[in-house]
Amino acid sequence: MEDLLREYLPIVIFLGLSIAIGAILILAAVIVAVRNPDPEKVSAYECGFNAFDDARMKFDVRFYLVSILFIIFDLEVAFLFPWAVAFKDVSMVGFWSMMVFLAVLTIGFAYEWKKGALEWQ
Amino acid sequence: MTAAAFAFYAFALTTLVGGLFTVLSRNPVHSVLWLILAFLSSAGLFVMLGAEFVAMLLMIVYVGAVAVLFLFVVMMLDIDFAELKAEMAKYMPLALLIGIIILMQLFMAFGVWNFSDGAAERVAAPQGDVQNAVALGQLVYDKYLMLFQLAGLILLVAMIGAIVLTMRHRSDIKRQSPIAQMMRDPAKAMELKDVKPGQGL
Repeated sequence: MEDLLREYLPIVIFLGLSIAIGAILILAAVIVAVRNPDPEKVSAYECGFNAFDDARMKFDVRFYLVSILFIIFDLEVAFLFPWAVAFKDVSMVGFWSMMVFLAVLTIGFAYEWKKGALEWQ
Repeated sequence: MTAAAFAFYAFALTTLVGGLFTVLSRNPVHSVLWLILAFLSSAGLFVMLGAEFVAMLLMIVYVGAVAVLFLFVVMMLDIDFAELKAEMAKYMPLALLIGIIILMQLFMAFGVWNFSDGAAERVAAPQGDVQNAVALGQLVYDKYLMLFQLAGLILLVAMIGAIVLTMRHRSDIKRQSPIAQMMRDPAKAMELKDVKPGQGL
C-alpha cells in the first residue's frame, strides 16, 4: 500500500499544487480586489442596451452529434491504453486484432467524414 | 493516521461532498461540475484499491466524455427555474414514495447480507508484479478477441447510428469545397469587358 502511494506521490503533489493555486487565485480576488458594487456596474452589459433574453436557450442538436462521435473515439482510446501498456507482452494475434479494431473504426471515421458529419453546416 | 488512511478519507469525503452537492445544488450546470468532482475523487479511491485501469477509465470516459455529454444535455434543456420548482412540488409525493421504497430495499438487502467464506482474500487486488492495465492487455486482445472485435463493431454501429439519426443535410446553403476552390483557374474566373462610353453591356 505504502509503495503504491509512493509511486503516486508526484501526482499527489501535482494535485495539491493545482488545488492550492486555484484556491490562492480565488482567495486573492476576494481579499485584494477592490469592490464597490453599484447596480449599474453589476447589471448585465450588452452593448449599451438591456439584455433581450435569458442567456439560457436551446442549443443546436448538432452539438450532440459532435459529442457522441467524440465519446466513441474516447472509448477507442480506452481500448488502446492497455494494449499500449502491455505492448511487449501482447502476442501477434493481439497485435493484429487491435489493427482490425482500428480498421473498423477507421471505416466509421471515413463514413462520417464522407457524410459531412464533421462539417458544421 | 498514516498517509494512506489520510488519502482515503480525503478522497472519500470529497466523493461524498461531490455527490451531495450534485443533488442539492440549484443550478444544473453546477450539479454536473460537482458530479465531475465526485468522479475525480472516486478515481482516487480506485487508485488506492489498486484498480488503476478503472481509475484511468473513470478519468477518460466519465470525466472526459460522459460529463461533457451531461453538460451538453443540461445546456440543451431549456431550464426555467420557477417552472422547475413548481414541478418539484408536484412530483414530491411520488419522489418521496420512491425514495422510501429504495431505502427499504437497501435495508432489506443489508439485513440479509453476509460474506461468504474466503471473501476477504478475493476482495483484495491481486498483488503481483503485473500491473493492472498490463494484465488486462495480456487478456483482452488475445483470449477475448471475439468480444473485443464485437466491441469495435458496436462502436461502429453507434457511430453510424448517431450520424443517421441526427444528420440532416441542408441543400439551401453554400458549402466549402476545398478541392474545387483550390483548383480554380484565375484566368477563367473573370472576364474583362471593354465597355464603350455611353453604351451598356
